Amino acid sequence: MKLERTSHIISVLVENRSGVLARVSALFSRRAYNIEGLSVGPTQDPEISRITIVVSVEGHALDQVIQQLDKLVNVIAIEEMHESSSVQIELLLVRVSVTAENQEKLQALVAQHGGKVAEMAPTSAIVSLTDTSAKIEALISALNPFGILELTQSGLVAMRRTI
Amino acid sequence: MSDKNDKKMNGAASLVRSLEHAGVEVMFGIPGGAILPAYDPLYDSTIRHILVRHEQGAGHAATGYAQATGRVGVCIATSGPGATNLVTPIADAQMDSVPMVAITGQVPSGAIGTDAFQEADIRGITMPITKHNYLVTNPADIPQAIAEAFHVAASGRPGVVLVDIAKDALTAETTFKWPTSISLPGYRDHSQPKQGDVDDAAALIAQSSRPVLYVGGGVIKANASRELLALAEASGIPVVTTLMARGAFPDSHPLHLGMPGMHGTVAAVTALQKSDLLITLGARFDDRVTGKLSTFAPVAKVIHADIDPAEIGKNRKADVAIVGDLKLTINLLLPALKAQYAKARPDFTVWIKQVNSWRSTFPLGYDIPKDGALSPQYVIERLGKISGPDTIFTAGVGQHQMWASQFISYEKPRTWLNSGGLGTMGYAVPAAMGAKVGAPDTTVWAIDGDGCFQMTNQELVTCALNNIPIKVAVINNESLGMVRQWQTLFYNERYSNTDLHSKRIPDFTKLADAMGCIGLRCERPEDVDKTIEKAMSINDQPVVVDFGVFRDAMVWPMVAAGTSNDEIMVARELAPDWDSQEL
Ligand SMILES: Cc1ncc(C[n+]2csc(CCOP(=O)(O)OP(=O)(O)O)c2C)c(N)n1
Repeated sequence: MKLERTSHIISVLVENRSGVLARVSALFSRRAYNIEGLSVGPTQDPEISRITIVVSVEGHALDQVIQQLDKLVNVIAIEEMHESSSVQIELLLVRVSVTAENQEKLQALVAQHGGKVAEMAPTSAIVSLTDTSAKIEALISALNPFGILELTQSGLVAMRRTI
Repeated sequence: MSDKNDKKMNGAASLVRSLEHAGVEVMFGIPGGAILPAYDPLYDSTIRHILVRHEQGAGHAATGYAQATGRVGVCIATSGPGATNLVTPIADAQMDSVPMVAITGQVPSGAIGTDAFQEADIRGITMPITKHNYLVTNPADIPQAIAEAFHVAASGRPGVVLVDIAKDALTAETTFKWPTSISLPGYRDHSQPKQGDVDDAAALIAQSSRPVLYVGGGVIKANASRELLALAEASGIPVVTTLMARGAFPDSHPLHLGMPGMHGTVAAVTALQKSDLLITLGARFDDRVTGKLSTFAPVAKVIHADIDPAEIGKNRKADVAIVGDLKLTINLLLPALKAQYAKARPDFTVWIKQVNSWRSTFPLGYDIPKDGALSPQYVIERLGKISGPDTIFTAGVGQHQMWASQFISYEKPRTWLNSGGLGTMGYAVPAAMGAKVGAPDTTVWAIDGDGCFQMTNQELVTCALNNIPIKVAVINNESLGMVRQWQTLFYNERYSNTDLHSKRIPDFTKLADAMGCIGLRCERPEDVDKTIEKAMSINDQPVVVDFGVFRDAMVWPMVAAGTSNDEIMVARELAPDWDSQEL
């Protein structure tokens, strides 16, 4: 029996206390699950933070991890976010090579993808995009011909849709 | 605003006041630089502090105290090495769901993270082996942290909470204020079982024909032994008790089939294998019970009742899950089951006849060495018989532990204390010390191996000096017996590094004497009873009996690690003779 590993997005509300991120991530590392994406940030309540974790696991193992997470005293609530029922956004910053000749082409391409050129230096440019993972991947492929010098991406953040 | 509860004092005094408010009567520990401020107010406190000889002893003593009494055990140590010496007993207690609070001093907050002298990130180290832990750097937070620690350790599925307190938080001035409430928004109370789940369980039981009550340590934690007895008798369902549950149900009861698992009875192991319904109460389908998981109880449906929702479905899928306190659960299940039985009482006659025949055909037993040498099982059996059902027994880890779980009849909860989950050699002596402190009027026997005993026997000094007259039976087979047994069975009798020579060195009776205890020795079967009686007659000093036993005795039955419970062996290369059995 082969267990299907798929990516899951788990959104965890935690008390804003020191050490809480270590506790949460330790539950994944203990089982040798690789965290693919992680973001931590404030919520509307200053005492509460949200950790969004993208992890590739098989369903039964995921249930187990969620149960274990729920046992952590500083974890208030856990929700799995599904693609169809939530808004999921991440942030990309990428430095590409440019020349005097292709600067405009880059501007146009980035605009077409809904991104921004955050810095234009003589031989390189920093491009940013805040969008879904698919859109981010599309931009990265489009930028490849320029020569990607450096790339950084945030973990994903998600919010459940109302409708 | 201030009431008469608010008093100015330093953090250390606030800590001791907090511990008093939490109801602590005794703690086990060793002082050192970072925790020293706390030892000053402790000097005037009503709390009894027992100065141990090694922090591991403090941790196991707190564990033994907690297991014997049901109260929260407390241990205390300094930063760095003091704290890291607590790591083993913390992991041990957490694995066995023992309520314990560990207090450690930490280097001053300004020095944390600088590799200061005796600094260890004990909160980080213990994160995966505690239920929760705290690092306190502000003295005003001490009472809240202590109140929360005791609440979290004792409630729900019990466990260990560590509170690490920076030295400057202990020395700074603060106002003591015991919290009137505890607010832990992420800490859920799962104690109330759902009636609907209980009803589903009752319906499943009523439809079953080969049910077994698979009882784990949770029944003891929930103080639900009386309820379990009522359930078993009302339902007529046979019971197995795991290593952590020995004593949860009387061994003498006709419905008791004994212990399941790697060294369980044939009746208990086979009943689970052939069962069509496991009624799992506070047990966790540990690999030592299930054997190869995919072949465990292959046709059984499963009812799983536990206070920890994370246990449900962890190893084995549950058909009906009941999350809740077991006492409440059984109290709901009993009337629900009676209602079901009133409609149609299931007939377990054939099943009971079957399990009884397994029990009578394959009883626990052992061979008596022909050369007159002492058999370890006999010693342990006599200890149980002579000392009686009120005695608390602790054990180390190894063959002697398994024999102590097999050949002593446990009739009451909290009379059998051992390290089940972590399997910690060295547990027996300090745990016996803690148990004796919690139950001073009860006879406490530590049944220890000669290997285990050499890990923590220094706590006998603590016992001798503090009037804690425990009794220790060293089952001296001159070897790391359980490991040797595996070498016999699986490594062609190549005894690599398991010979301890402990009939030559050390001399356990002299060692006992040097530690302020009475040392006795027994090497012949005919001396066993009188030696035990002699030990039983000494109540003002700890006693150590060195029982020199036959080294080739083995623990049977056995299900080899990773194999199916169907492969149970009753002796070397000897499977039960099923032909005599109608299966
Ligand atoms: C701290 C620790 N180290 C190693 C082991 C592995 N181990 C399990 S049983 C055992 C032998 C114990 O020997 P002894 O105390 O003499 O008991 P016996 O098996 O002979 O009864 C060992 C080494 C362990 N369980 N705990």
